Formats: sequence, C-alpha cells, structure tokens
Amino acid sequence: MISLRQVTVQAGGFHLREISLEIPTGSHTALMGRTGSGKTTLLEGICGLRPVLSGSVWIGGRDVTALPPGERGIGFVPQDGALFDSLTVRQHLEFALELRGWSADRRALRSGELAGWLGLTPLLDRWPAGLSGGERQRVALGRALAFQPPVLCLDEPLSALDDQTRGEMVAVLKEIRSRTGITLLHITHNRSEAECLADRILQLREGRLES
Amino acid sequence: MEGAEPVTKPPKGPLPPVAEVPSVRADRRFLAALILLGGTYVVLLVAMVAADLFYTTPGHLWHALGSPEIRYAIRLSLLSCTLTTLLSLWVAVPIGYLMARFEFPGRSLLDALLDIPIVLPPLVIGLSLLILFQTPPLRALERVFPVTYAVPSVILAQFMVACAFAVRTLRTTFAQINPRQEQVALTLGCNRAQAFWRVVLPAARPGILTAATLAWARALGEFGPILVFSGATRMKTEVLPTTVFLELSVGRLEAAVAVSLLMMASAVVALILVRTWGGLGPHGRREGVRVG
Repeated sequence: MISLRQVTVQAGGFHLREISLEIPTGSHTALMGRTGSGKTTLLEGICGLRPVLSGSVWIGGRDVTALPPGERGIGFVPQDGALFDSLTVRQHLEFALELRGWSADRRALRSGELAGWLGLTPLLDRWPAGLSGGERQRVALGRALAFQPPVLCLDEPLSALDDQTRGEMVAVLKEIRSRTGITLLHITHNRSEAECLADRILQLREGRLES
Repeated sequence: MEGAEPVTKPPKGPLPPVAEVPSVRADRRFLAALILLGGTYVVLLVAMVAADLFYTTPGHLWHALGSPEIRYAIRLSLLSCTLTTLLSLWVAVPIGYLMARFEFPGRSLLDALLDIPIVLPPLVIGLSLLILFQTPPLRALERVFPVTYAVPSVILAQFMVACAFAVRTLRTTFAQINPRQEQVALTLGCNRAQAFWRVVLPAARPGILTAATLAWARALGEFGPILVFSGATRMKTEVLPTTVFLELSVGRLEAAVAVSLLMMASAVVALILVRTWGGLGPHGRREGVRVG
C-alpha cells in the first residue's frame, strides 16, 4: 500500500501542498494532469528523489519519508527508460540483485525468468544503443522489478511508443500485475491507457488531487 | 473545394532551365564565397605543414633523434605529459561532475575561475607560479622538495593549463549523461558513490579518454609557463618545445624543424584518437541509432 499523509513537495516554482492519498495493495492507480501540474514531482517525492518538505510517505505500513530511495522498496520506471549506457540487458536485469549480494546463479535464474516474462531472452547480451523504444521500456521494467519491490512507479512509460508497441506494453503491464500482485502508480496523459489499465484515475489539478 | 481560387497561378510558357533560375545562381555565388574564404585558411594550414616537411630530410630527423639532448627532451616530454594527464583526470573528473550536477553558491564564479588558465597568457601563468613559489610556505616546501627550475615545475606548469581543458571536456561529458540514470540507480539500491562508479563513470568513458588525450596534447605543446617557471636548461628541464626554442636560438633550424615535425605527428595522432573516442559509445562501440 502507498499512503501519503499531508505531503508537501516543491515543484519548480510552486509547492504541491498537503497531498493525501491511499493506494491499496495490488491496485493500479493512474495519475493524470496537465504538463507542469507536478505529477512527476509527486512521484519523485514518493520515490525519495525529491525532499518531502512536510508530511509523511508510507509504503506497506512503513514510514519511508526519511529513508534513501534504495531502501523504500519502490521500482521506478522513468519516461525514457533511462537505461545505463554501459550495461547489457542482462546486466540491467541483475543490477539491483548484485547490489543486494545475490550469488551469480541466483541472479542468472532471476534474470532468465524476467527476460522470459518480458520477451527479452534474445536481447540479453545487447547494449541499450541497439534497442527499440518498446524493448528499452521492457528492459527498464525488468530492471525495476528484479528485486521484487512491493510498489512500482511508472512515469509515462508508454508515451513515446507507437500504437502497436503501446498495445504490447499494456498487455505486459497487466501480466506483471496479475503475476506479482504489485501496487502500481502510473503517470499518464492518455485517458484510454489509464482506463484500460487502472482501477482508479486521479487528476492533479492546481496542486490538488481529485478522483 | 468548389469555387476556391488557387493561391498562386502556374507561370505561363515553358519553365526556365534550372541553371538560369536567379536563386540557384545566387546560391552558387554564396557557396563559392564560403569556399573561397574558408579555403584560404585551409590552404595556409596545409602549406605550413608542407613547408616544414620539404624543409627537412629524413637525415635531419635521424640526426636530431640521435642527439642526447633531444632524446632527453623526448623522454621528459613523454613522462611529464603522462603524469600531467593522470593528475588532470584525477582533478577534472570530480570538478566536472560537481559542476555538471550540483547547484551551489558561487558556482558561476567558480565556472569563470576554471577558465582562467585557458584565457590567461601562458607567460603570465609561469610568472604567477614563480611568484607563488616565493611565498614562505612554498619556499619551505622547496627546501625539502625542489620544484622551481626542476622537473616537478615542468609537470606543474603543464598541469595548470592542461587540467583546465580536461575540466571543460568532462563537465560537458557529465552534463550530457541523463541524471535520471543516477536517480534510477538510487532507487535500485545504490548510494550516490555507487551510482557514480557503476553508472556515471562507465557512461563517461569516451569523454574521459577524450579529456585525457586533449590534456596530453596540450601538455606536450606547453612552452610559455615552462620557460618562466622551469627555465630552459639542457638535460634538466628541457621538453620538446624548449628544444625547438633552444635549437632556433643557436641557429640550428634543421633540428628545430625536425623536432617540430615530431610534435606535429604527435598532435595528429592525438587528434585522430580524440575523434575516434569521441564517436564511441561507453562500451567501446560506435554509437548507432535504431529506429522503431
């Protein structure tokens, strides 16, 4: 579960003030709003990438407000994937596991399993520079899911994809949810994408959240 | 649409041949002017190198390379430039990263300060170093570890200039790496240092190699600060530009040209390396864009 209690974060020249929100475990929530409304800022506040000026962020019943991003248990998929230029697809899938001290065998097992789910098996030894937009986003998803976080935050993950690839990614996201029971918070500009994927759609308007 | 008038009517009669269209002629004149103006410089550049090449003979080159003084200068140049490059990277990597990623008070001032060695006359850098080493703490240091007019002064003089070029290159390199990559690394469990070592530094590899090559080439050509701060003592503080100066001053033009050609060849190799590394991806392959 994601819970925001009276959270205030600074977004460029303005503040998002006293945002409160409850996202139940295993649900998929879409966050919509105009460009510059502060959606990404709110997501960064939840992930620990931007300081929360007041209030608290709770993940799975644990107050994570003061914790660094890596200890919050949140998988983060940014808009452009932000793949690591110097790592292969396999190294991306094993990145978080290596940090957690998993053995090479366990890492190989997990990366193989993820690659199978996400259709990345033939690409495991490829570099990011040689991947298409859809492939890049699937690698970013796999990298975020590898350490089995209870929460996945997606920042417009499908916005740069063509219609066919977008359809494939929607199917992938649905499958991830049904397989893992993960809690998803998903920023999007596309209402049909939000309606297709999410249980609940929230609008961020003038610093306020509306259902 | 019915009844709508076309905005422009096609001209009556046959179209003029392309060569006679006034805009095409104007374009050709414009291009010719660009080539003429730019070409003058390129011709001068090529003529300069060609003149050097025709002035000397393989015999001159061989003779120059046989001279113990020139061999010492080559050895000292290679050693000092390599040490300068390593020192420059040691300093330029953290400065470049800090300047590219963090906002702090006085950042603009620091940015301007870092460019001083690039814009300052080289002799002034030498003079400033000389004066700095006249201050009491550094004079005390010199009693234990001689710097002025000794080999360390050559390295320090080269470092002061070469490092500024490395800083500039690395600042641009780090600024071009998407900060989202580090942020994702943080969410995956890295601390800032781990994100830097595991994600940023490997991605910056081509930029680091370019900065190293530029620093090396710049150090090789440094003369003004070395002349003032290290002197021009044969077999002691003599690097290749010093050799050119000393050979010229005693009228041995052939030896000066031979050493100049040696430096020119090094500069060409450095340029080729910079261009090769500049076009490489972080994993050592040429960058390609895939559509789809």
